[in-house]
Amino acid sequence: MLRFIVRRLLQLIPILLGLSVLLFAWLRALPGGPAQAALGERATPEAIARYNELFGLDQPLIVQYLRFLGRAVQLDFGNSSRTGRPVTEEFLERMPGTIELTLFAMVFAIGVGIPLGYLAARKHGSWLDSASVIGSLLGVATPVFFLAYLLRLLFAVELGWLPGSGRQEVRIDATRITNFYVLDGVLTREWDAAWDAFTHLVLPGIALGTIPLAIIVRITRASVLDVVNEDYVRTANAKGLATATVRRRHVVRNALLPVSTTIGLQTGLLLSGAVLTETVFAFGGVGSAIFESIFARDFAVLQGFILMLAVVYVLVNLLVDISYGLLDPRVRVR
Amino acid sequence: MTAMGDLKRQRIDELAARAGQVPEGEGGVSLTRSAYRRLRRNPVAITGAVIVVVFLLVAAFAPLLAPRDPYAQYLLGEIRPGFIPGGREGFLLGADELGRDLLSRLIVGSRQSLLIGVVSTVLGVVVGMALGVLAGAFGGWVDTVVMRFIDILLSIPGLLMAISISVLLGQNQYSLMIAIAVTQVPIFARLLRGSMLAQRDSDYALAARALGIRRSRIVFGHVLPNSLSPVIVQATLSLATAIIEAAALSFLGLGDPDLARPEWGAMLSNAQDFLSVRPELAVYPALCIIVVALGFTLLGESLREALDPKFRR
Repeated sequence: MLRFIVRRLLQLIPILLGLSVLLFAWLRALPGGPAQAALGERATPEAIARYNELFGLDQPLIVQYLRFLGRAVQLDFGNSSRTGRPVTEEFLERMPGTIELTLFAMVFAIGVGIPLGYLAARKHGSWLDSASVIGSLLGVATPVFFLAYLLRLLFAVELGWLPGSGRQEVRIDATRITNFYVLDGVLTREWDAAWDAFTHLVLPGIALGTIPLAIIVRITRASVLDVVNEDYVRTANAKGLATATVRRRHVVRNALLPVSTTIGLQTGLLLSGAVLTETVFAFGGVGSAIFESIFARDFAVLQGFILMLAVVYVLVNLLVDISYGLLDPRVRVR
Repeated sequence: MTAMGDLKRQRIDELAARAGQVPEGEGGVSLTRSAYRRLRRNPVAITGAVIVVVFLLVAAFAPLLAPRDPYAQYLLGEIRPGFIPGGREGFLLGADELGRDLLSRLIVGSRQSLLIGVVSTVLGVVVGMALGVLAGAFGGWVDTVVMRFIDILLSIPGLLMAISISVLLGQNQYSLMIAIAVTQVPIFARLLRGSMLAQRDSDYALAARALGIRRSRIVFGHVLPNSLSPVIVQATLSLATAIIEAAALSFLGLGDPDLARPEWGAMLSNAQDFLSVRPELAVYPALCIIVVALGFTLLGESLREALDPKFRR
């Protein structure tokens, strides 16, 4: 198992290097080049020339790339042209919010998706089955931001049940430790702050969770239907095992293998889905930061955030692979 | 007639039905024909096909179908803060936020959505297939280099990649199409390579090689056509994602800068500001996107089932 993990880690290196080359090329190709990206759109030609000299942008490309790589490894992406603060600092401040949101969305999608998919498969051909198939198709076809707006309009604006923007009520004076607002509230025993932060997660979390929910329902249903017809299930039934035992130990356990891959893949994709949902709810995580920096042409933030998100995405996929190796011993041998 | 007789008749009918199929199905009916036959019997496929055909017809004849000029601000004078005129005689779905006829804009907007979907998918398929063929046909180090590159592209979440490319190329409808196409390229490349590798070692390819046929002819004449079915399925599904993704990019402010040109994604994202005044402005374009995306998805999924040998017979 250790060898498997080490091998997967080594495979990351070329991917990360390739990513850095692409990002470097992207920065060079931007209108005005990296100097403009770092200094903002209104930079004077003199300032750009000084910047180019200062950061060695008059040097050969390969030297420039190595320097860029050196800085990227130290997580130095320059300062935001909007706020003037280091990009990495902003990322670390905003990422916890996105992680909280992603976790909520995933727990929602798994908690609802797996039981629903399982029930749909057990009642194959019933109205519940058809409804879940149609619902999951609709879930994938609906633009996320539209759904987010609908949820917000209905439950936040019209009914007023849940907060519709931000991560925390302004009037609550919460202590920050980790920037995970819910966790902070729990750690400091400021229960009202924790609860308030949690209610802020509900609507964006559900909006973000619909696509993975739809996909999890579909995969679970298909996978249970597959497994039910397997020989070992027939054998287990023929042996006279209790139906509940067969379902628990033979059907569910095997059916969840493909589901676990899907869950991993979807978790990574949520990071980019968060751009849309966070924007609708002005959530203040990494996603809204990307949206804001597109408008402000804040390339320093864009490049740093995109690279760091891509790295997170790759790491999440690595974790998925490893957990898949734990779940299914056959994978390790390959 | 007795119950026993009923049962017998049923059995004979079944056999007869199968007799009509077996000799043909097993005896050299092409995959395309047998897939088509299965598609025709599948209500899901028919629903999808009907949606897609209606969408194509509407897009093709949009100027004839639209009751009014989609650019003219007929009802501008009636718009007040907090009020946008609804449906009435001559304006079936009412006006949009600038007093233009919503129905006409929806009808004409289908063209732009179709254009974005088709162009970006075709672009993605062509480039992806070129890479896939390169990797699948040559193997060896070419394969390794191409596939590593594809892996790197796949390691960037699609929307982030589309955002980066849109930002790079500037805000216009062509960069929107290219951005979406680039997110599709790695999928098609991987798909085609995988399916070509599976075909490369098949008996007919071996036979062709044994006969001394040139490699280019084996690849383009035999292996490639036989590897295409997953690509066709994926392209149908991609049309749905492309239309949804275009709406997402429009929403992020990376869409067509010409706001007068009707396009569903842009209409939907503009309407968000008027959601509490007249939610229909967002609901109608959203419904159009959902229905069309659903149509392509249903068609694609049933194509997959029809072309999959596992589901044959």
